Amino acid sequence: MNNTIYGVTGIFETPDGIIEAAKIVEKSGYKRFDVHTAYPIHGMPKAMNLGPSPLGYFALVFGLTGAFAGFLLMTWIMTYNYPLIISGKPFFPYPAFIPVTFEITVLLASVGTVLGMLFVLFKLPNNSHPLHDTDYMKKVSSDKFGVCLEAKDEKFSEAAAKELLISAGASEVGTIYYDEETLNFKPNIFDVKFNVFLLVTAIVISGATYVLLNKLMYTEPFNWMHHQARIDAQVPSKFFGENNFSMRTPPKGTAARGFAPYQYKGQPELAEANLTNPLPPTRENLEVGKTKYDIYCSPCHGYHALGYARLNGQFPNPPSLHSEKVRNWGDGRIFHIITEGQNSMPSYSTQLSKEEKWKVILYVRALERAMNAKEEDINNDK
Amino acid sequence: MINNWKNDYVAKPLPTKALLTGFVILALGLLMMALAFAIDHQRAAFNGIITMMFLLSVALGSLFIIALEYLVSADWSVPFRRVAEILSVVIFAVPIFAIPLFFNMHDLFHWTHLEDVLNDPILKSKMAYLNEEFFSIRTIVTFLILFLFWYLLAGRSFKQDYAPKANFIKITTKFAAIFMPIFAITLTVMAVDWMMSLEPHWFSTIFGVYYFAGSFTTALAVITLIVILLNENNYMGKMINRDHYYNFGGLLFAFTNFWAYIAFSQFLLIWYANIPEETSWFLHRSEGSWMFVSILMVVVHFVVPYILLLSQPSKSDPKRLKVAAIWLILVHFYDLYWLIMPTYGKHGAPFSWMEFYPLVVSVGVVMVVFLLFARNKNLLPIGDPKLPKGLHFHL
Repeated sequence: MNNTIYGVTGIFETPDGIIEAAKIVEKSGYKRFDVHTAYPIHGMPKAMNLGPSPLGYFALVFGLTGAFAGFLLMTWIMTYNYPLIISGKPFFPYPAFIPVTFEITVLLASVGTVLGMLFVLFKLPNNSHPLHDTDYMKKVSSDKFGVCLEAKDEKFSEAAAKELLISAGASEVGTIYYDEETLNFKPNIFDVKFNVFLLVTAIVISGATYVLLNKLMYTEPFNWMHHQARIDAQVPSKFFGENNFSMRTPPKGTAARGFAPYQYKGQPELAEANLTNPLPPTRENLEVGKTKYDIYCSPCHGYHALGYARLNGQFPNPPSLHSEKVRNWGDGRIFHIITEGQNSMPSYSTQLSKEEKWKVILYVRALERAMNAKEEDINNDK
Repeated sequence: MINNWKNDYVAKPLPTKALLTGFVILALGLLMMALAFAIDHQRAAFNGIITMMFLLSVALGSLFIIALEYLVSADWSVPFRRVAEILSVVIFAVPIFAIPLFFNMHDLFHWTHLEDVLNDPILKSKMAYLNEEFFSIRTIVTFLILFLFWYLLAGRSFKQDYAPKANFIKITTKFAAIFMPIFAITLTVMAVDWMMSLEPHWFSTIFGVYYFAGSFTTALAVITLIVILLNENNYMGKMINRDHYYNFGGLLFAFTNFWAYIAFSQFLLIWYANIPEETSWFLHRSEGSWMFVSILMVVVHFVVPYILLLSQPSKSDPKRLKVAAIWLILVHFYDLYWLIMPTYGKHGAPFSWMEFYPLVVSVGVVMVVFLLFARNKNLLPIGDPKLPKGLHFHL
């Protein structure tokens, strides 16, 4: 039964009329009243004397939260939890944090403002407001403008409110009633019918999804050429008999082109004795050797092979390549060291091809000769 | 109701006292300038670029605001267009301050030293653009184009007050559309020629936009300040309300952020890529006391105006808006100082009375030009059919 008064409503015909009405109601001392229009009307907040909206503070608080959270998160990750050098920047590269901080600030401020507006200021979800489903609401949401004085206001009396609205120019006034029980009605989420319906819906949707994605998509003609009469690499196959995989093991003792195995593993003396540099010291060879040396060798050995370089101090320093010992080594010995590594120097076989190793050796020889030039070099120069 | 502005607005002559004050400030500024040129002509010339670029900011920014209003057919800004139109007359004063600089080219621009240029492969490759003849032609042509567009966009508007033409807005909108790309090019050319080429090895493709961000904010701040001052003394009728001010405040706030966005973009890209020919410019600005100037820039040009203009009431309150506008005008000087002076004082920020003459001269020029030109003129474009709508603007 609808028996409690919610408020008194008045319908107005024009936007100017509703603005005037709002001013009159506000001036007469009503605090709890609201205006309903189908579209925003300029000047209404001022006419209703609403004061500044508190929404800005939501943006401020959430924005500041985002700014600090974003900056501190990145600082913690990049500087403390997992310090990483990225493109030579320090562990605390704060300029790089600013775009992310900015984005998180904007994200939190906008999302926080919208959610704060909906759930704090609009008090949603509100599914049983007394004004819902009234003739008044139907009119003001199409072509009329309405004002509603709530009964909770201290000054409220039904007759006086109606008189006020008529004197303000209302074309129609009415009273809204509501029922406490209806208003406080809370739906029961454990209702059996509701839950059975929910379960059936879930089963139907997930079942249909499963059938669509796992069965229907793989039946002819929708299989998108997934199944073809060919053997993929690294899948089990009985095609080659005793071998259970599609790939075949090469016969014993074969080598791929350009990947001849190194003959003198662990035998530097043999390598020195048997290997000679097959390349002549031409300008082209030396230039390739210099490029490769500068990339792979110079970080430790230095540009002039003196044994101190930019990684100085981070690894054990290699000895100078200008020593008597190294100069008297055969080319094969150096080739062996580049191939197998020595002490803390690793193998450079994956970085340098056989040819390139020889070219690097030519360049190292040129460096050595530059530091210990002979008499005839000077004469040749002339 | 919509036409009652005619009762509110009565054209009043601006006070002669203000004009006299303007003349006194300008005379003082010119005296300082002359003295500075007599004592240290190189340093005075560098400060001369600051003067010139500031006045150009005000003039070009005003023209841009006028053109923008026509292009987007804004209503709210129509009452203030006349202020922008009068302010844009400053464009005719800018070349005067370029003349002494042409006599000091060798002190300003490294690329004018031909023997150095020929020994420098980078500068040699830029010779086709950076040479004194082409430089002078560019500056002169730029000013001639700007004079023409001043007439087309602003000059024609004054006649509208007494003999309105029906198709005036339509035609001017077309001129405004033509002006937009020309504005972008002329502003970039002036910024690149007079400021970026001070360090001819360095380049930044965002430099023109950076100067634009500062220029627009400055012109808008000057217009805001003038409108508030005029309104306080009832020169623009009674119709200007807080919603008009709110738009000024909102735009100033937006372009404070835009400036910060552009300035930071320029810094971040150069900092990230870390290429020697690009980082040199920022390294010059972090040597000695320049580091302090650079860090303070973030505070004075972004943090302070951001806080000043953040809240809703501060955007619509003329008193607070006035403070923000004056602040934004002053920080544009600071910005130009930071852009230009490191080429002069390589190891530390030079600072003495000489660095104040651009401020005094510019304030004097803007005051004198505005007050002289505004005499016997309406401060509202009373012939504009959109004026009533603009005056009745409400958010």
